[in-house]
Amino acid sequence: MDTTAQTDYNPALTGDGADKAQALVYPRIDCKDVSVFYSGKQAVFDVSLPVYDRSVTALIGPSGCGKSTFLRCLNRMNDTIDGAKVTGEIFMDGENINSPEVDPVLLRSRVGMVFQKPNPFPKSIYDNIAYGPRIHGLVEDRQELDAIVEKSLRRAGLWQEVKDRLAQPGTSLSGGQQQRLCIARAIAVRPEVILMDEPCSSLDPIATARIEELIDELRKRYCIVIVTHSMQQAARVSQRTAFFHLGHLVEMGDTDQIFTSPRERRTEDYITGRFG
Amino acid sequence: MADHIVSAFTDELDKIAADLMRMGGIVETMILDSCQAVDRNDHDLAKDVISRDPSVDRLEEEVERQIVSLIARRQPMAHDLRSVFAALKTAGELERIGDLSKNIGKRALMLDDAVSANMRHGVARMARPVSLQLHAVLDAYATSNADTAKTVWESDDDIDQHYNSLFREMITYMIEDPRTIGAGAHMLFMAKNLERIGDHCTNIAEFIYFQITGEYLMPHERPKAPNTGV
Repeated sequence: MDTTAQTDYNPALTGDGADKAQALVYPRIDCKDVSVFYSGKQAVFDVSLPVYDRSVTALIGPSGCGKSTFLRCLNRMNDTIDGAKVTGEIFMDGENINSPEVDPVLLRSRVGMVFQKPNPFPKSIYDNIAYGPRIHGLVEDRQELDAIVEKSLRRAGLWQEVKDRLAQPGTSLSGGQQQRLCIARAIAVRPEVILMDEPCSSLDPIATARIEELIDELRKRYCIVIVTHSMQQAARVSQRTAFFHLGHLVEMGDTDQIFTSPRERRTEDYITGRFG
Repeated sequence: MADHIVSAFTDELDKIAADLMRMGGIVETMILDSCQAVDRNDHDLAKDVISRDPSVDRLEEEVERQIVSLIARRQPMAHDLRSVFAALKTAGELERIGDLSKNIGKRALMLDDAVSANMRHGVARMARPVSLQLHAVLDAYATSNADTAKTVWESDDDIDQHYNSLFREMITYMIEDPRTIGAGAHMLFMAKNLERIGDHCTNIAEFIYFQITGEYLMPHERPKAPNTGV
């Protein structure tokens, strides 16, 4: 497996003529030898993977390859599963997120998550967004809260569609709108990283295109990791792609390279539809 | 390489490759026959070469149509993507080789019966290595052999040297006897066409190398014959 190539610069920041040295950054999240066990059965094997800021990293691989399990390590969602054990180290801004001093609730406000099925709270559109900032004490008054709700909905590309019906239930929106509501809810607590677990798999192609446009917009501010079953989606939205198979990280590299000239035979076979 | 889970995908890629090889086979004989028509002053053969060109054009259109459809329906990735990219570019190069051979055939019809056998031989001599280049590069395609493709790519220099020598030979004939200038001019164009065919073979070698390895052969790294200003 080759993770050494270009681990020291962020491809998202290297545009035409950009000086590579200018784009030298450290990974936002740096995973070292991460393994996951469910009731003693190993699901992820020694994965070392850097995740860069202001770019989208896509995790691809067949069902059961460990990509979602790995994603859930990044905000300690596996803590909530009985019998799950995570070993190895995951550094975020130099701090090991698995150390006992780290409060998982605070961590999850820094590392937001969007799931496969949109899951708005059974509350109004406004309260869906306002809930996080309220419980985390991010606002002092109603005015400030209104501003966060509006800003989050704008960033999620939903404001124009819902600004006149903020009091209606979140569940009254269409599937694609609900997913954007969930993204707005995730960014309302000012996260640094957004994890997306197949965020478009229950959406039609138009709603999917809207989410992908949103992801492209969000990557200017956030570090995004997305798990997707659609290779075309990974190719469209990400700058880096990691291919998982049977719990192992087989290959990771610039998305262009992975989809035109993968180095590993297993990656080639998977993305060209020769096994799955 | 293993077959695709969707077997129709493999079938479609195979069909594109087969059509490309058919195109290659036709233009390879067009090169040799057009120059043989010059060598033997055989107008029937020259007309026959000219009549084959439309079938090459049709095959190119057919390959393009299949590739556009395959991209739209299958979204090829990795080696598959490189294959269809290489096939599309190669089809264009083969079509140009067909055109250049047809042009040699047309010029063969314009040559005076009085043109000497020596002048005619010159073009026929150059046709052999050029058609061998094409044969080798098609072989590299059929067998997915990157080394063969690279060898073809590196040996374009030989063709250039043939061209330079034929150029000087024709100039000599024309200086010696100004009555040969008309035929000599045609011969120079034919030689240039053969030299261009060599360049197209080099391009095909680059596409095939990229298809097989995912890496680009860099034109500035290729050995070049000294520039004679022609």
